[in-house]
Amino acid sequence: MTTTGSTSHTATTSELAGPGAATAGPAITIRGVSKTFGRGHDLTSALHNVDLDVAEREFLCVVGASGCGKSTLLNLIAGLDTPTEGTIDTGGRKVAFMFQEATPFPWLTAGRNVDLALKLRGVTKAERKDRVEELLRLVHLGGRTNKRPHELSGGMRQRTALARVLAQDAQIVLMDEPFAALDAMTRDSMHDEIERIQQELDLTIVFVTHNVREAVRLSDRTVLFYSSPGRVKSQIDVPFDRPRSADDPDAAILSGELTDQLKAEVARHVR
Amino acid sequence: MSVDLEAARDHTPPAPVPGRGIGPVRSLQAATAELSPRTAWAWLWPKVVAVGLVVAVWQIVFMSHWRPDYILPDPATVGHTFWDQVTGQRLWSSVETTMRRAITGYALAVLIGTLLGIAVVQWKVFRMGVGSLIAGMQTMPSISWFPLAVLLFGTTENAMLFVVILGAAPSIASGVISGIDEVPPPLLRAGKMLGASGVNRYRYVVLPAAMPAYVQGMKQGWAFAWRSLLAGELLVQVAAVTSIGGDLHLASNTGHADLVIALMVVILAIGMIVDGIFSYFTKRIRLRRGLTGAI
Repeated sequence: MTTTGSTSHTATTSELAGPGAATAGPAITIRGVSKTFGRGHDLTSALHNVDLDVAEREFLCVVGASGCGKSTLLNLIAGLDTPTEGTIDTGGRKVAFMFQEATPFPWLTAGRNVDLALKLRGVTKAERKDRVEELLRLVHLGGRTNKRPHELSGGMRQRTALARVLAQDAQIVLMDEPFAALDAMTRDSMHDEIERIQQELDLTIVFVTHNVREAVRLSDRTVLFYSSPGRVKSQIDVPFDRPRSADDPDAAILSGELTDQLKAEVARHVR
Repeated sequence: MSVDLEAARDHTPPAPVPGRGIGPVRSLQAATAELSPRTAWAWLWPKVVAVGLVVAVWQIVFMSHWRPDYILPDPATVGHTFWDQVTGQRLWSSVETTMRRAITGYALAVLIGTLLGIAVVQWKVFRMGVGSLIAGMQTMPSISWFPLAVLLFGTTENAMLFVVILGAAPSIASGVISGIDEVPPPLLRAGKMLGASGVNRYRYVVLPAAMPAYVQGMKQGWAFAWRSLLAGELLVQVAAVTSIGGDLHLASNTGHADLVIALMVVILAIGMIVDGIFSYFTKRIRLRRGLTGAI
């Protein structure tokens, strides 16, 4: 699943989603996945027997205390690591990954960072120029093409990272606490952004966070993880209409309920 | 009230003064503003004063007759000799020989050092085998290679190249190794997710990320190459070729103290020019990445 094969150089945002979006069945199927690190006395179990389906175009949030294996799960889906047991199937869909650390390459400008993602996908030079501008506009970084990462704020760096992720033309986007290091106001605007883009591009997103409010703000469904070893504790549908706002009272109630569950889980561990 | 609003509207932020920006911007402006006469003078005068002081001390020592005039000439005589050399033929032919050796040897050292560094990073066996050897080689005075070089190659150009390469390559290799070893893992993961594998992984992620340490290693490598070369030229004279080190040796043996000092000034000047070029690139690379801390 690489390019759309479109001859038109003025790709619209809907074309950016690429084909394959219409395939039936879940986008990600996780069956009996366990992951252990080390051996002997140092053996630690990060994930234990995880079963999870992520539907096409679903926005799934994974919430849990630190060390519940949620980042490990993303690494496994991304293929950066392999499960000790079980299978993960993404049906050949292309997977992109957005990390918590600001990872735009510091030696490239914002534009060149996005350009590199396109280049590594084999997009022709003529086509790349327009796509770079288009993608930067999509994440509201128009006019910052020639800025280097260190000249941008933390929020703008993550927007650059987002544009680079979108440049990969993936159907599945994995996000590992991408906004955790941002201040509350910037994070709110990034939430609006990611919600809009997910809708526009029909992306399947798995978003890991320890912030319950963030999960309720963004997800169609939130999965709560137990820790050591990481397991699925419960799944909650988040049925609110989109676009959502940061201060919906219903969302606040649901956040409260989830927080209580999470606290009980943390307390269980402390004891 | 309306007065306040007017005042507020007029309170636009002051236009940035060149060289007075904030943080990285300031250094960038300072770097680009170097051409204006005023900043050039600000850059120049401390150096002029420093050189002036050295010359003054020299003149005082000369006037004290601590050493006979023909052994320690005065600054004016040396200046005269220096001028004769700069306007003559011989010096430039020597400079050409020495620079040709330096550049050829250094270029080969960069190539060998880079490949060696990549090999050490890439293959564990290499790291175990030659990793510590590279560090050891750096501590070895390259002049100690000369007796062997002369045995292997005779008093030829190749003996010079041999020692220059052995002097410079280890520094360059260790620049590559530390640069690549210290690439932040998040950047590597990001590169992997972007699909940069094999050669592309090096070309687009690893080497650019390792660039500051690499350039630092190249700079150090140059210093070693230059020292090895001058030491070699003093020790080994290739027949029918003049070189700076050879001329220095000859001037000393024939008791031309003024020429000795004039040639030393030439050696110093070349060293400073090349160092300036490296500093420019190091600074530029660091500025572009926002690494404005310790330069």
